[in-house]
Amino acid sequence: MNVPMEHALIVATLLFIIGLAGVLMRKNLIYMLLSVEIMLNAAGFAFVVAGAHWMQADGQVMFIFILTMAAAEVSVGLALILRIYHNLKTMNADEVSKIKPN
Amino acid sequence: MTAAFYISSIVAIFSSLMVISRKNAFSALLYMIISLLSVAVIFFVLGAVFVAALEVIIYAGAIMVLFVFVTMMLNLGEEAERLQKTWMRPAVWIGPSILALILGVEVILLITSSESGFLTGSEIGPKEVGIALYGKYIIGVELAALLITAGIVGAYHLGKRKDPIQHRYLQEEKGGAI
Repeated sequence: MNVPMEHALIVATLLFIIGLAGVLMRKNLIYMLLSVEIMLNAAGFAFVVAGAHWMQADGQVMFIFILTMAAAEVSVGLALILRIYHNLKTMNADEVSKIKPN
Repeated sequence: MTAAFYISSIVAIFSSLMVISRKNAFSALLYMIISLLSVAVIFFVLGAVFVAALEVIIYAGAIMVLFVFVTMMLNLGEEAERLQKTWMRPAVWIGPSILALILGVEVILLITSSESGFLTGSEIGPKEVGIALYGKYIIGVELAALLITAGIVGAYHLGKRKDPIQHRYLQEEKGGAI
């Protein structure tokens, strides 16, 4: 392997940190969902790197599972965002969290 | 091959940074697509060709299209015209286009170069992945199918137009709108 495995894992870690920072910093729900996507992608990236390092197909299988999970999560998340926007006319996560069950 | 890995890594990190720092949601989505494409190039370089294709088809092709749909749906109304003009500004699409051009040139060079073989020595093709997926991971496939079914039902249920809110506090907040 010409590229050391550590470098690929560092890239995956950086991507994950960027996604985490996005979730923590942005208040817009769309951006938060996008950042979660970045984090999921980074996790799958780490799996594929490990699978390529040990020449096993298991890493790619795990990535396929992550892909499936991301697709389901995005469909439900976007439906939730649409509903929140329809009811509250806002995309701000802070304003949404003002709703308390009393 | 090694240079391709580092260039796509830099593109991936840069475009991910742009995703979380853009003000314009449409611009952020374009950068997100570039980020996914560059990760797909890295997969290709690492020899995971099947997953690279899936990344482009499902992530960049299906999931991001959902995002773009919803972003455009939320911006309907009287200011859609103005927003359309801001989306079409060169400042929005010139950055992602340059990055996409870099990735495209890289892929063309990778495919046409006489130097064969992936970074890991041997590629893990769709055959091995399929055998593993439908062999020892069959229970995972079934669980994923259940998850997708639940996702479909949930998205349909949430997306359905419902009766107005019956809860009295929320009703007060909405005023005479109901």
